[in-house]
Amino acid sequence: MSKVIKIYIPNETSANSVGANMLHKTISNLIKEESVKIIRNGSWGAYWLEPFIEIEKDGVRTGASYRNIDLTHLKTIEDFFLDFEKKNPFDINEIDFIKNQNRIVFSRIGQQDPLDINYYRATKGYESLITALEIGHQETIDRIKSSGLTGRGGAAFPTGIKMQTVFDQDVSTKYLACNADEGDGGTFSDRLIMESDPFSLIEGMTIAAYAVGASKGYIYLRSEYPLAKDFLSNAIDIALKNNYLGENIQNTDFNFEIELRIGAGSYVCGEETAMMESIEGRRGLVRSKPPLPAINGLFGKPTLINNVVTLATIPALLSDQHSEFSKIGSNKSVGTMPFQLSGNIKNGGLIETRFDITLKEMIENYGSGTKSDKPLHAIQIGGPLGIYLSSNMLNTSLTIESLEELKGSVGHGGIIVFDDSVDMSEQAKFAMEFCVKESCGKCTPCRIGSVRGVEIIERLQKNKASKEDAILLEDLCETLESTSLCAMGGMTPNPIHSIINYFPNELIEK
Amino acid sequence: MTLLKEKDYGTPKIESDNNVTGYIDGIEITVPEGTSIMRAAAMVGIDIPSLCASDNMDAFGSCRLCIVDFEGRKGFGYPSSCTTPLSNGMKVKTKNSHLKSLRKDLLEMYISDHPLDCNTCSADGDCDLQTQADDHNLLNNNQLVASKYDFKDGCTHLDAEVDASNPYFNFDPEKCIVCSKCVRACNEVQGTFALSVDSRGFESTIKPGVSDNFFDSECVSCGACVQACPTGSLIEKSVAEKGMPNETVLTTCAYCGVGCSFKAEVRNNDVVRMVPYKEGGANNGHSCIKGRFAWGYAKHKDRLSKPLIRDDIKDDWKEVEWDEAIRFAARRFKEIQNEYGTNSIGGITSARTTNEEAYIVQKLIRTAFGNNNVDTCARVCHSPTGYGLKQTFGTSAGTQNFESVQNADVIMVIGANPTVGHPVFASQMKKRIRQGAKLIVVDPRKTDIVKSPHVKADFHLPILPGSNVPLINAFSHVAVHEDLIDHEYIKNRCDEASFNDWIDFIKDDSNSPEAAEKPTGVDASTIRKAARLYASGNNGAIYYGLGVTEHSQGSTMVMGMANLAMATGNVGFVGAGVNPLRGQNNVQGSCDMGSFPHELPGYRPITDDAVRSIFENKWNVKIQNEPGMRSVNMFDAAVGGQFKGIYIQGEDFLQSEPNTQHIEEAFGSMDCVVVQDLFLTETANFAHVFFPATSFLEKDGTFTNAERRINRVRPVMEPITGKHEWEITQELAAAMGYEMNFESSEEILNEIAELTPTFTGVSFKKLDEVGSLQWPCNESAPLGTPIMHVDEFVRGKGQFIITDYVPTTETANRRFPLLLTTGRNLVQYNVGTQTRRTHNTLWSNEDVLEIHPADASTRGIDNDSLVLLRSRKGETTLKAFITEKIPAGVVYTTFHNPETGANVVTTENSDWATNCPEYKVTAVEVEPANHRSKWQKNRNDDLSQIPITVNP
Repeated sequence: MSKVIKIYIPNETSANSVGANMLHKTISNLIKEESVKIIRNGSWGAYWLEPFIEIEKDGVRTGASYRNIDLTHLKTIEDFFLDFEKKNPFDINEIDFIKNQNRIVFSRIGQQDPLDINYYRATKGYESLITALEIGHQETIDRIKSSGLTGRGGAAFPTGIKMQTVFDQDVSTKYLACNADEGDGGTFSDRLIMESDPFSLIEGMTIAAYAVGASKGYIYLRSEYPLAKDFLSNAIDIALKNNYLGENIQNTDFNFEIELRIGAGSYVCGEETAMMESIEGRRGLVRSKPPLPAINGLFGKPTLINNVVTLATIPALLSDQHSEFSKIGSNKSVGTMPFQLSGNIKNGGLIETRFDITLKEMIENYGSGTKSDKPLHAIQIGGPLGIYLSSNMLNTSLTIESLEELKGSVGHGGIIVFDDSVDMSEQAKFAMEFCVKESCGKCTPCRIGSVRGVEIIERLQKNKASKEDAILLEDLCETLESTSLCAMGGMTPNPIHSIINYFPNELIEK
Repeated sequence: MTLLKEKDYGTPKIESDNNVTGYIDGIEITVPEGTSIMRAAAMVGIDIPSLCASDNMDAFGSCRLCIVDFEGRKGFGYPSSCTTPLSNGMKVKTKNSHLKSLRKDLLEMYISDHPLDCNTCSADGDCDLQTQADDHNLLNNNQLVASKYDFKDGCTHLDAEVDASNPYFNFDPEKCIVCSKCVRACNEVQGTFALSVDSRGFESTIKPGVSDNFFDSECVSCGACVQACPTGSLIEKSVAEKGMPNETVLTTCAYCGVGCSFKAEVRNNDVVRMVPYKEGGANNGHSCIKGRFAWGYAKHKDRLSKPLIRDDIKDDWKEVEWDEAIRFAARRFKEIQNEYGTNSIGGITSARTTNEEAYIVQKLIRTAFGNNNVDTCARVCHSPTGYGLKQTFGTSAGTQNFESVQNADVIMVIGANPTVGHPVFASQMKKRIRQGAKLIVVDPRKTDIVKSPHVKADFHLPILPGSNVPLINAFSHVAVHEDLIDHEYIKNRCDEASFNDWIDFIKDDSNSPEAAEKPTGVDASTIRKAARLYASGNNGAIYYGLGVTEHSQGSTMVMGMANLAMATGNVGFVGAGVNPLRGQNNVQGSCDMGSFPHELPGYRPITDDAVRSIFENKWNVKIQNEPGMRSVNMFDAAVGGQFKGIYIQGEDFLQSEPNTQHIEEAFGSMDCVVVQDLFLTETANFAHVFFPATSFLEKDGTFTNAERRINRVRPVMEPITGKHEWEITQELAAAMGYEMNFESSEEILNEIAELTPTFTGVSFKKLDEVGSLQWPCNESAPLGTPIMHVDEFVRGKGQFIITDYVPTTETANRRFPLLLTTGRNLVQYNVGTQTRRTHNTLWSNEDVLEIHPADASTRGIDNDSLVLLRSRKGETTLKAFITEKIPAGVVYTTFHNPETGANVVTTENSDWATNCPEYKVTAVEVEPANHRSKWQKNRNDDLSQIPITVNP
């Protein structure tokens, strides 16, 4: 056994935002001896613990939260070790938050240096790519189809069927585009993968590209994720050097390259057609569908477009985890879903689990209630276009189907919690304001309707009993829903309808 | 007559091998697969409401008014019918109460951000928003009904500032509905990409690129955006000034050889605006700044309505009645002939008039004048085309229709600047290039087509002026050596003996790319690569301009291109061909009409007894059996004292001919110069008689464009001179003793058709029925001939001609180290007679000398400073414009302004076969100057100045 002591300090945006980088600087200055080594691991996704520092000594790895802790007074590394012991370190795998999850896609996050390809390979990484190259295009697609995976970007379209459509196009040039424009407030699952396990995304993309016959892939990454950009660039380089990308991948005739494209701060560029416009070098305007991108996408060629998590799930589906994944859940809600819990919550972070978990379990068991300890009032599910549920709807199951029944969606899995200090009329206004700010401006209802929506809600805030304004709001929402070019305008009424329906008298007095 | 509203099908026509059948409101319709529901509906007469769709641009789906429902529809909203294709069995509903109320709601959103008073809007009566509002009960007393979403203090764009910077149209952002039609028209139709949408969401505004206003932007004022605008946001200033037009006259533009069809929109017998006509075979509803906006010269105050005469050119003009002027001219011509002989006078037909007007002038010369001293301005532009293509293919015209470029795979542009000279065709070409066609540009200058938004030449060969022939020979050399020639085609279609001779010639090392390096200045490997691209790139199409013809080897080069095209099998089908981009609106027509001294109408030799007898019988005269004088010969003879009188229909020789001093001497030596023109031109300064001519807005007849398309020209107003031009010519003939007795221009065309085999099927009636006809149009081709030489060449077997390179004698040396080449710009047209009398002068009102920074710095020349341009022939001054678009060693200027006198420096060198002047090569030196040249001073001192004001 090695006598080396390993200190794990995460290098991940959320951890860094609460001091991980500074702690790393302080601690590394203390180290004089070669027997102590720092590893910048990813985050475990237990964000309330960050910065969560672990020490591995004699094969035992324990950690402690260093939130709001200043270590600059320490003189030696031994001082740090002593300090660490005083914090009652524990094995993070033993806490309920991690233990109760069903981590398949996110199994590697937090464990090691995300760019350590040896670790990646040691944990079955790239075995699935080899499998795919052996079993061929159709068999690869068939396995993905049989897994039941649906798109985790928000629309929940069956992934295998989309791949089949692209594969079936008799065109020599095809593209793969990974949608990494994770724009929903309170979501971070894509970022976690890219920062904490980038090879799983790259392997997933490579398998998907091979399956459909694409030789070029783009990752469309939002500009707000600079660290993810660094990790992805480095990971792409490493994959290239190891012949997992480039020409004749693993000595086959399969060629595939990945180009990283950085967005320019537009939410709607996460809409797949606007993303294609942006990748092609134009303004981020939504395109009409049809044509479907799978038939006529990037540069007029068949294009497989998937979200980061969807693609990062693919390696698991070609491994022995396939059955573990596919036996969870039913209908469209098969496999695990990485929910992202945030807002007014004690224990926020990433929770990869089954869909049919209830909101109550999510908030109480994982989240441990509101951070303010005030009563829970509202929960928004599925990003800024998602619906608000009230505190008496905690038995709602988080499956795609049950949320559809409530005229909402799981979306990208964001769950934002509010206590009773929230003004739901402001939240309604925010929905319209968000549309005003982020509308690409192409279609009339979204461009003009959203502005009028804000104006109507402001009038309602002055007089909640105004029948006239209530009708106007209803007409406006109807037009947005029925005539908008894309889901941006089409779904903007969702949060408003949910507030009208589930929060009586908070926006409109009846 | 009423205002013609053209049907808009909403989305472009789709070509597909497969058809689909669906049902629109229960009506069964079969359309090519991919056709939108909107278009299919329009085809069965159902116009789905829309504000952002048009059949000349791709579907966009912005306004959402065109939403429809269909059985089995999935998803959250209704699809837009413009973006959704009809599919087999689809049952579409375009109307129901829900769709109607949603459409009304959308209109209310628009109206909540739009001025309400339609009465005070210039677009009243021509506004799609107004029409849709009316259809949805949102218009009351021509006022938009205040929107339910119109809140006090709500966000709007009302009171946004109007951009009135463009002299021809305004942009009022207050009325903009951000449908992007203007942006899309600029991108997709014009191909300039000058407009964009700034910002996003509600903040979205139309912006002319990075500029603050339209005038300063990259906008080329083609008018496509104005035409596309569904509201009064982009609108012609003339509509605001004169009111909405109420009748339409279909006619043809009188500028370049593209020959765009226009709707002249008229109110109270006054043209309000010219709008390109969608059914126009040449332009398909597109236009350029000149045709669309620069027509105000027709009513310019400089135009004369009465004839003028004077005994001597030093005398003042005397305004007289027509009879007196015609008698005066006839008497003078007869006196000259009595004293100096029958051949001492001649005439010039115009490339700017109608076919009928040109025809009657050559008829006058061959009958009343009794000689063949007739020529036309094609002499100085495309006479080598006529010669070269006749020798090789058998006919004096381009091989294709414009639309053919949509099937070209490799486009080779040689010595032409289409975005400037032929902008509407350039837009079509750029569209094809954007679709992926390859592009080779041969031009000393880095013209716009070499690199502009979404267009980039695969090869730009910046050859030195005068080196076309070695370049084209090297292309053929590569094709032959690398066996890229089409043996089967040559065997079936070309003359074997001439081909074998040619092969021996072209294979020689003297025609290799290496040999071409020195004269062209382009390295051999680039020439090889470009040659391979043309020869092996499937459909290869050559488009060329005066950069080919205006050389001492112009005819050689035309035949060199024809050789290459035949050798690679690129003539006789759509997507290929050899195509002159002809300059003037009717230069093709004037040539067709027998305007050359050696040819009768239809390019038939004057020396052929059989041909001559056809005309002699009809005209009842004896026609001389020898060719007459070319214009250059007339001028030389004038200087020599043997040529004394000339009747010039619409051409300004003093400004347009090379070696101005020589032309001044020639005209100063004549006893009777009759100028028939719109304005007192430079040539009119040497005239004894001035016949005021008619503008195209007064003409009734036909123009023939560069693709041999005969288009109708219909009068919008009566001649302000009181006489049609053909009447002037007919009366002059009568005064000289020859009666023609035409009652109308239609009768003239009937005579042309009767006497000319390629025109047999052409008549006003047929043109009114079918719109336009491309000659040959006769019994074997009753609807005309879009593509020529389809199964065999007109001459039978294609003839290869040996194209030896004989360099011009005009070479650079120590005294004249630079080579001058001349050309045009976008806004001015040739000698500027018309365009200088329009607001186009705001963009360009003087000729400048383009010079490379290296050449400028060694001479101490600053940008915008006055420089002296000096050649062996003369000197003039103009301002320098330093640019890297011109290679070192070459300078360039335009010849639009008489004050510049660009032709003072050009030489009398000309094409060996046709005497087409060598405008494109003059050895010059350039140096800083601090005063105008002697010639310019003399011109200002001696000649009565014609006041030119910009106030059409």
